[in-house]
Amino acid sequence: MHEERYINSEIIPILEERDVVICRQACREWARRIGFNLVDQTRITTAASELARNIHEYAGAGEVIIQEVEDETRRGIKITFQDQGPGLDDVEEAMKEGYTSHKGMGMGLPGSKKLMDEFYIQSEPEKGTSVTIYKWLPI
Amino acid sequence: MVKKRPSLASRRESVIQRIPILKIRNYLIIPIQIDLDDLSAAQLQKDILQKIDKTGAQGVIIDVSVVEMIDSYLGRILGETARMAALMDAKVVLCGMQPAVAITLVELGLSLEGVHSALNLEGAITMMENILGE
Ligand SMILES: Nc1ncnc2c1ncn2[C@@H]1O[C@H](COP(=O)(O)OP(=O)(O)OP(=O)(O)O)[C@@H](O)[C@H]1O
Ligand SMILES: [Mg+2]
Repeated sequence: MHEERYINSEIIPILEERDVVICRQACREWARRIGFNLVDQTRITTAASELARNIHEYAGAGEVIIQEVEDETRRGIKITFQDQGPGLDDVEEAMKEGYTSHKGMGMGLPGSKKLMDEFYIQSEPEKGTSVTIYKWLPI
Repeated sequence: MVKKRPSLASRRESVIQRIPILKIRNYLIIPIQIDLDDLSAAQLQKDILQKIDKTGAQGVIIDVSVVEMIDSYLGRILGETARMAALMDAKVVLCGMQPAVAITLVELGLSLEGVHSALNLEGAITMMENILGE
C-alpha cells in the first residue's frame, strides 16, 4: 500500500443507535472541511452511515476513526470502522449485493464500496471486523 | 491531533424524535427537517400509517429537501411506507430530493420504485391534486 501521513484524526465510539447519526454527521463535517464537493460529501456520509450501522447492528459496539490522510500525490479522507463483534464467516459472500444474514437489503457493504475510492474489509469469526474506506480529492 | 468525543450514551438516552404530520384537505404533508436516526425513522413510518388510517387521507407528501443523505435504511423505510400506504389507498409523493442525495442513492443501488417524486413542495401539491383528481 501507499505511504500515508495523517494530518488529523477523530475517534467516535459506537455504543448505541444515536451514535450512528453522530458518526455520519462527523464524517460529513470532516469531508466538508477537507474540501470534498457536495456529492462526495454525501457519498462519504452515506457509506459511513451504512458501516456504522453494521457495527451497531451486528457487533453491538465498536469505534470509528476518521482521518485526514495524504500520500505523495493525494489528499483525502480515510475512515476505519472496527469492532470486536462476531465477525464474518464468509467475507466474499457478505460483499455480494443482496446478501443479508438478517432482514436487511444486503446493500450496506457492497453499496459503500461503490460509493468510495478504496474499500478494505478484514474479519475473523469471534474476533471482529474492520472496514477501511478512502476517498481522495480529485487532483 | 486525536480528538475523542464522549459517546452520546453517557450524555443522554436515545430519544425517539417525532416529525410533525400536517393534514391539508385530503392529504398529509410531512417535512423531514432533522437527521433521522433509525428508531425515529421507523416511528415516522408508524405515525404516517396511523394518520392515514385515522384521517382517511388519500395522499402523503414527504418533503425531503433538507435531508442530507438517504442510506439503505431510510430508503427502505420510504419505499415500504409508500407500498403500505398504497395498500390503504393512499398515494405517496416524495419532493425536493437534493441532487447529491439522488445521485448517491442510485450509486448505492437503491431505487425508490413506486414512489412518485416532484421537484419541490409546490410541484408535489400540484401532482397530488392531479392524482387525487381535484
Ligand atoms: N461489523 C459486522 N460484524 C459482523 N457481521 C457483519 C458486520 N457488517 C456486516 N456483517 C454481515 O454482513 C452482512 C451484509 O452486510 P450489509 O451491510 O451489506 O447488509 P445488511 O446489513 O444485511 O443489510 P442493509 O445494510 O442493506 O440494511 C450482514 O447481514 C451481516 O451478516
Ligand atoms: Mg448493513
